[in-house]
Amino acid sequence: MTDQRKFNYRTLSSDEPDNLFGGAMPKALEAVLITAGALLISVLLVAVFFLSAGHQPVEVFHTIYRGAFGSWFSWQNTLVRAAPLLLTALCTAIPARAGLIVIGGEGAVVLGGLCAAVTGFQFLGAPPLLAMTAMLVSGCIAGGLWIGLSGFLRHYRGVNETISSLLLNYIAIAVLSFLVFGILRDPATLNKPSTHSIGAGNMLGTLGESSVHWGFGFGILFCVLLWFLCKRMTFGYELALVGGNPRAARLAGIPVGRVILVSCLLGGAAAGLAGAIEVVAVHGRANASLAAGYGYAGILVAFLARHNPLAIVPFAILLGGIQASGGLLQRAHDLPDATVAVIQGLIFLVILASEMMYGKLRFPRLMPFRSNTTLKAT
Amino acid sequence: MKSKITWDSTPNLPTGSSRISRRELVKKIGAGSILAASGTLSADLLAAGKVNMGFIYVGSRDDFGYNQAHFEGKSGVTSLSWVKAVDEELVPESIEVEKTMESMIHLDGTKVLFPTSFGYFDPHILKLAPKYPDVTFLHCGGLWDSAKHPKNVGSYFGYIDEAVYLSGIVAGHMSKTGKLGYIAAIPIPQVLRNINAFTLGAQTVNSNATTNVVFTGGWAKPVQEAESANSMVDQGVDVLTCHVDSPKVVIETAEKRGVYSCGYHTNNAPLAPKGFLTGAEWNWSSVYQMYAKLIAEEAAIPNLVRGGLKEGIVKSSPYGSSVSAAAKANADAARAKLMAGGFSIFSGEIKDNKGNVVIPSGKSYAQTDIWLESMDWLVAGVIGST
Repeated sequence: MTDQRKFNYRTLSSDEPDNLFGGAMPKALEAVLITAGALLISVLLVAVFFLSAGHQPVEVFHTIYRGAFGSWFSWQNTLVRAAPLLLTALCTAIPARAGLIVIGGEGAVVLGGLCAAVTGFQFLGAPPLLAMTAMLVSGCIAGGLWIGLSGFLRHYRGVNETISSLLLNYIAIAVLSFLVFGILRDPATLNKPSTHSIGAGNMLGTLGESSVHWGFGFGILFCVLLWFLCKRMTFGYELALVGGNPRAARLAGIPVGRVILVSCLLGGAAAGLAGAIEVVAVHGRANASLAAGYGYAGILVAFLARHNPLAIVPFAILLGGIQASGGLLQRAHDLPDATVAVIQGLIFLVILASEMMYGKLRFPRLMPFRSNTTLKAT
Repeated sequence: MKSKITWDSTPNLPTGSSRISRRELVKKIGAGSILAASGTLSADLLAAGKVNMGFIYVGSRDDFGYNQAHFEGKSGVTSLSWVKAVDEELVPESIEVEKTMESMIHLDGTKVLFPTSFGYFDPHILKLAPKYPDVTFLHCGGLWDSAKHPKNVGSYFGYIDEAVYLSGIVAGHMSKTGKLGYIAAIPIPQVLRNINAFTLGAQTVNSNATTNVVFTGGWAKPVQEAESANSMVDQGVDVLTCHVDSPKVVIETAEKRGVYSCGYHTNNAPLAPKGFLTGAEWNWSSVYQMYAKLIAEEAAIPNLVRGGLKEGIVKSSPYGSSVSAAAKANADAARAKLMAGGFSIFSGEIKDNKGNVVIPSGKSYAQTDIWLESMDWLVAGVIGST
């Protein structure tokens, strides 16, 4: 997934003739058109799937809409489910911009949550703002270091980061069970071993009057900040360069190892924050429920968003919506839970297949679209 | 699933605000089945002549296990014309379950929720209950505490170790090697109690019987379950049983390897036509029909319902074809004692597998004793550690 076209090289290649002119379309428009087309095709495929399962597609789509976006309640349901995905998607997206495929979000979530719970127990009597900050920061640090380990192994030891981050997921979950069953266990949690509670007073609240917790706010904030970092700052430029061609980047004097490591630290910190929010806003303690698959769903979101931090927002909401409607699909149409997985899988496949369309879409000739003005330095 | 407690197909709908007293209630569902009925739940549950119930499972409806048992229980109430029931499978023990419960309340108009997985209770049910005071939350796990928990929350659970004890008796009889195998999820009190009951049952007929235990580390780890089952058979174990969410893998592996098996959660006989002996099953349809009836009559819903074989909350699977007459006779005799009451599985002297006396001679713990619910030891004869 290190296709150069994905990254914004306009500032890089100002000397080269850019095919932006002469029929080709601006990249943002191209991405929107291709994605919209892919979504349309996947809707058709999903409709075929519903038909083959003996259901009226229009009715089922209406149910999905009702369950995901049909009312304020459904919107809240969707946003709550999108919240962790915003952050775990960043765990795959940021390293992907440096050419790495990291799938270790699940492990970072688990350890981020575990560290937040341990920190929370230490800050039981502390002022809530201090305790919450400490918990969230500790979650970020834990997740960052965990994924940073993958980046370190990749750059300095030549270990494939996809394999190492996947295996680190299993290790993280094993560490969690070991500690939760052992020294960190609250003896009162008999049949579901958990750590001690962080205290109801130190729990993160919800956004205004809604039932959507602050995790959604943090998710949006992180997506915007990291988008700014990737698109508007020197580090983002270095990231794109390393992702495009690490050897050329090294020749250009870019510290490739440091860039890879930092991208992993940032991505891991986002996923670690997702885990910390699970503890601070949802569970109040750490236990096996932390490994709920958010890390894996985040990979899907990152690829759908083509590793653009800002595009993660709509795709996380889309996926959150599909998941939110899953229950209603079961109840209203007697469809199995796997329906949600089928819909997600079809969208994923079509979006991946649509990659080949990039650079091939052109404006029709009759459109007088030619200009010699200088490019926006985006 | 046939239920032990049968009800009229239409309940006597109330003519006013009549409520049945606790005494009548106890009489109705079998004396002693309700240990504590302190506190009353919201009685305003009859929505337009329909009882509207929502069931939530952590796994899939057809897992031959914990979740299928609840699904069969739900099917038991949907067969009643005046009940409307919806359900949802594979709901994680996270904020998802809160949203599922709210979705059932908002979009389906459900008034009584049965979130069946243990981990749904704290914090998820406890968080939603105060927010929806006119909805009743009934949780499978027996955790409700009148001092701590809201009044519109209730718990129900069964003493399934009684049925597991009977499985142990049959297993002890049928095993030639005297080596039994138990594949368990995680070492928590509920699981340890079943392993101990199974072993104690087997030891009543073969004092040298041992139980090999493997903890897989999770409720649904099919690969580890198959590996453990195979390695146990390689070590000479000839009766396998399990306590995981879905017994499918263990029972099928036992059948494939030509050893006997005892089921868990539901009737596992279809998984092992040759080697299946018997098994411990939940009988949720009787419990759910009991609740549906109470709701329809606007009667007070007990906050805590617990019981075992006698109360019809758990039962044994029908014996498989290979079970000997002697094994059946012994198991049936023990069942009669359990049904009569007064008999305790955990009566001294019982030593743990490290040699310590955990229940001294002469001491006996009744099934309802809270002490048994913090069990952290394995009886002598169990090979394995918590």
